[in-house]
Amino acid sequence: MKHLRAVNHKARRIQEHIENDVVAMQGPPTPAGQRPHVPMGCSIVFSPGWEVDSSGGTAGLCQPVERDLYDCYISCYWPAQVPDHMNNYPDWTAKCAAATKDWRNIDLVFP
Amino acid sequence: MNFRLGEFHAFSGGGRRFLYTVPSAGIFELDDTSAAVLARLSQGEATQEELLAAADAETIGELYQARIIATTEAFVDPPQPLPDNFPLQTMVMNLTNQCNLSCQYCYEFGEDKVATPEGKPKFMDFETASASVDYLFTQSAGRHGVHITFFGGETLMNFPLLKKVVDYAKQKAADQGRAIDFSLTTNATLLTPAIIEYLSANEIGVTVSMDGDKASHDKFRVFANGKGSYDIIEPRVRELIKEHKTRPIVARVTMTSQAMDVLGTYRHLKNDLGFHEIGFAPVTTSPNRLYSIDNRGLDSVLDQFGVLASEYLDHALRGEHHGFSNVSDTLAELHQGVNKSHPCGAALGLVGVGPSGDIAPCHRFVDSDTHTLGHVSTGIDKAKQNDFLSRGHIQVKTDCRTCFARPLCAGGCHHEAYVRYGDTGHPNLHYCDWIRGWTNICLEIYGAIAAQNPDFLRHFSDRKAAA
Repeated sequence: MKHLRAVNHKARRIQEHIENDVVAMQGPPTPAGQRPHVPMGCSIVFSPGWEVDSSGGTAGLCQPVERDLYDCYISCYWPAQVPDHMNNYPDWTAKCAAATKDWRNIDLVFP
Repeated sequence: MNFRLGEFHAFSGGGRRFLYTVPSAGIFELDDTSAAVLARLSQGEATQEELLAAADAETIGELYQARIIATTEAFVDPPQPLPDNFPLQTMVMNLTNQCNLSCQYCYEFGEDKVATPEGKPKFMDFETASASVDYLFTQSAGRHGVHITFFGGETLMNFPLLKKVVDYAKQKAADQGRAIDFSLTTNATLLTPAIIEYLSANEIGVTVSMDGDKASHDKFRVFANGKGSYDIIEPRVRELIKEHKTRPIVARVTMTSQAMDVLGTYRHLKNDLGFHEIGFAPVTTSPNRLYSIDNRGLDSVLDQFGVLASEYLDHALRGEHHGFSNVSDTLAELHQGVNKSHPCGAALGLVGVGPSGDIAPCHRFVDSDTHTLGHVSTGIDKAKQNDFLSRGHIQVKTDCRTCFARPLCAGGCHHEAYVRYGDTGHPNLHYCDWIRGWTNICLEIYGAIAAQNPDFLRHFSDRKAAA
């Protein structure tokens, strides 16, 4: 910290916490200069709800947002709206071997 | 999204600007840019763009993350559940409930007493005392050091037991490879050269209850026949201070409406008698007693505390010791950044044990049937302990919710609250202004020391680490 000087022990602990914490996950938006440096177009995490770039948008991501759909379906606890592959649509991802490459092949389903 | 001021208390010291953040109890120094942000927000809420006119984004980010400024959604203090297993650290052993003085304001015998000693032993026996020590050692598992404070009644009326307890506890500590230390509180009437030599040889800390010079002291600290005790204790106290070399000797002053000369009392006890440290506290009483201190009296006490506190600061800036322990105790807590769930360690790390072996939250509740938590032979009744601690928790004290002094005060003494309001969990509202005034004085001193002689604060790191 440059504009606040931690004076007592507790203030130093608060400072440590701030400097080591993952800033991206701290809730309400912080001013632009305080955000972690993420190049435009990257998403740092592959989990539902986090796939935005540093400006909060999805347009220029390296990884397509559509892969989330697949992520929700295979590995995530998130109760996402994905087709029921147990009974009605067992093959809906059959053509998608690797999500980041083949995501366009995931079938559309119209129940 | 709008920004607004978070919760803090601003103060200055040594020409610098500081904040005491609440409830986290951090102390931060501001620079011009961060001060400008706070100045803008003190006029009302502002958007991010409006704030950026006053300062750069980096400053705003720092203030936001330290919760000095907030967005309009409030931060909520995270709930602090009661600890399920809190090891003991200190036991206050009331070796006897008998006393050779009849101080009228005494919380143990006076008009506001909570003790119900009828039918209970007047002196603790060795069986109970050793069971108490055993209890302390078992219940403090995980801590290296433990502490025993001998108390009364008049502690020295059971001096033979004190010696046995010291031997027993030292042996026990040695067997377990742990550390123990001792202290006692006394009215000094029964001190003899032999006792003083023993206390010094065993490094037993001594606190003397003493209210000032003869006139102040003899107002309340009298024998049963009404005769003052000053003349009896004065030579003994001098002898104690001269001969007891291993621990600082402390005077503990009880202030009443008839003895509020803080400055005169301090000078007498420090300069004339030579005590190393002097601590002051107002008498605990229901409000209608003649000796209770009213608001006007409290203002006068605060003014005098302020004078002594600035003397303390002068000493600290020269790197010298000053004996006003009300300041050093508060500075130690400020330096650490203590944020209390409870006003003190009563029923957490500390318990009081009466002559019968009954366990009370602290020495002030000893021998009171209403407040007994258990017995050293059977342990503490968890339900009673939980009831006591839940009542005293800062989060249930709604009156305290907006007070900047709550990290330190946490509502104040449980016993005082019981005497005043009939509930150990009631905040001590009669002291609020006083506590805030005093906390502010100590913050200013802390700030000035941090700005002008920061090395002095190292004393407080050591002090807390030793505890």
